[in-house]
Amino acid sequence: MSDTDELDFEELFDDADREPPSRSARLKRTLDVTVLAPLRIALHDWRAVVAGGILVLYALMGTVGVWLAKKPSSGDHPKLEAPFQHVAYPLGTDLYGRSILDQIIHATPDMFRMIFAGAIVAVGVAAVVGLLSGFMRGTWVDALLMMLADMIITIPGLPLIIVITAIFQPTNPFVVGVFLGIDMWPGLARTVRSQVLSIREESYVEASRIMGLPTPSILRRDVAGQLMPFILVNAALTSRRVIFESVALYFLGILPFTTYNWGVLMNLAYQENALTRSELLPWLVFPMITIILMSFAFVLLSQAMDAIFNVRLQARHAETIDEDEEVAG
Amino acid sequence: MHPRYVLKRTGQMVFTFFATVTLTFVLYQAMPGGPAEAMRAMILAESGDVGGSVSLDLLNEMVEHYANVNPDQPLHVQYYNYLHSLLVEGDMGTSIYQGEPVLDLILQRAPWTMFIGVYALTMGYAVSLFLGAAMAYKERSLFDSVSSTGVILLNSVPYYIFAIVLVYVLGIKYSLFPINGRYGTFVDPGFTLEYMGSVVRHAVLPVVSMGILATGGALTMRGNAIRVLGDDYVRVAELRGLRRSRVAMQYVGRNSVLPLYTQFMIGIAGVLSSTVVVEEIFAYNGMGKLLYDAVLLHDYPLLMGTLLVFTTITLIAIYLADLTYGYIDPRISTGESNE
Repeated sequence: MSDTDELDFEELFDDADREPPSRSARLKRTLDVTVLAPLRIALHDWRAVVAGGILVLYALMGTVGVWLAKKPSSGDHPKLEAPFQHVAYPLGTDLYGRSILDQIIHATPDMFRMIFAGAIVAVGVAAVVGLLSGFMRGTWVDALLMMLADMIITIPGLPLIIVITAIFQPTNPFVVGVFLGIDMWPGLARTVRSQVLSIREESYVEASRIMGLPTPSILRRDVAGQLMPFILVNAALTSRRVIFESVALYFLGILPFTTYNWGVLMNLAYQENALTRSELLPWLVFPMITIILMSFAFVLLSQAMDAIFNVRLQARHAETIDEDEEVAG
Repeated sequence: MHPRYVLKRTGQMVFTFFATVTLTFVLYQAMPGGPAEAMRAMILAESGDVGGSVSLDLLNEMVEHYANVNPDQPLHVQYYNYLHSLLVEGDMGTSIYQGEPVLDLILQRAPWTMFIGVYALTMGYAVSLFLGAAMAYKERSLFDSVSSTGVILLNSVPYYIFAIVLVYVLGIKYSLFPINGRYGTFVDPGFTLEYMGSVVRHAVLPVVSMGILATGGALTMRGNAIRVLGDDYVRVAELRGLRRSRVAMQYVGRNSVLPLYTQFMIGIAGVLSSTVVVEEIFAYNGMGKLLYDAVLLHDYPLLMGTLLVFTTITLIAIYLADLTYGYIDPRISTGESNE
């Protein structure tokens, strides 16, 4: 094998007069570009601040809150106390004398578990399927995957999930989350695929391909990086859908009432005709506010992330990118 | 339209239908302890044979009567019989609780669900498209920011919570609309003005709560329209002195709606899905409520039947949408691009 056959592309683009950056400098730069710059933008974006604040509040509720608040059981307190009257039950009590706030708090950890499992399954499967399908466009793999996605899109999600949960009666929040995620990946996979298709046409991907880089490294270096923001935005939106659907299942009373859930509270209150009995109203309203606030945070987060991952905005906030590069980027 | 495209879509629809039928069959088999064990208690209760022991053969026969699945036979024979009775005889099984053929029960309810579903879809999409376009035309105005915030807020409220709020405010506080049933208790069904009016008034709140689901499209529409508005061909069209309305509809409108297609397609399934919750809240006796009641009673044949019909309706709706989409965007039907 002669030397002329092997052409080192790295050398080709290397400036002879520039010192290669040391490892710590490279690390610092990566950290600055990928973590600190988005954080700096996030702090300037009111949506990110509000969303982050709300979610931190819920996270505290699910960790410290559970530890502070006592596990509610019937007969703890007087029945149907009005909210904002007593420190022991700030949001009042329900028909069985349980503190409404304590019940809301104790439902939080399982909600996070469901969101986590659902988002991981939905976004993970969507990313893998979308990437594969987009890169193998026109092959049988692409056709098969997209047909599968189209089929699942067609089956109405909630009825399917209801039938599945009715048969298997899952009690583990992770399993519930996974069930919910199964219905959510196909739409996302289709959008990931079309993103991949348009990224594929970009000149730098074309260049990598002409240079003969193997497909896996093109996927990893050129495409995955571009898709990351898109995937994160959708993870936030998927989280909102998991909240909506899991609460709906509990509200309908289809999932077993073995755990606390905001939907369980709503179900019990609604069954007792809380709408016409004003003393029962807090039992229905406070879980509703809890749900809306959390999904509002996720919607805001997704909107803010759209802006945060904007490359131009990032360059302006990264300290390690000098002005010349910024203009070029 | 390209015949190959029509053929491909039709084939895909038929295939998906078979896949769903197979899925219901698999779900029967996946029940803990098999279909016979899962339905044993209910079947015995309904046949009035609670304490007595029934022979396994008789039980299997009953399971076959209700679900078209005979656990006695090998799997492929079961599957063949299941397909045969469904497709050739049009038999979807028998409801365990009500003792009537599943298909009859569903056909009585399906038109009501279609009624509120179709109105929710069309009105939800129409509102979100116009709102999105209006926001794009008035970009960065007060109207734009107020409606954007409004849509974001609306997107954070689950449709069923929205439905509960509607029931409380418009139904109970102000008594503007009835909050349960499909028509008034004292109204006789028939082609009378009174009956029609009652049906419409009862449908308003369910339709509005389901329509909320479709408004998420407004923000996407806004983004698309803003992008299209900046395109050169729109400027050229304006400079050519074309009527404002023509530019808005044919140049901006059409090109910004196209990318929304996938979202709309998923929306059809989404709105139909939501009928399960909405019909339960409004005590609206449609297919969603049928499915819900079947779950509570563990009436599996009815459950599978409703799932199958729900899917079939969505399939047909998406099929029709697909074919008409070929008319709006000719690129799709010639197979040049399918993104």
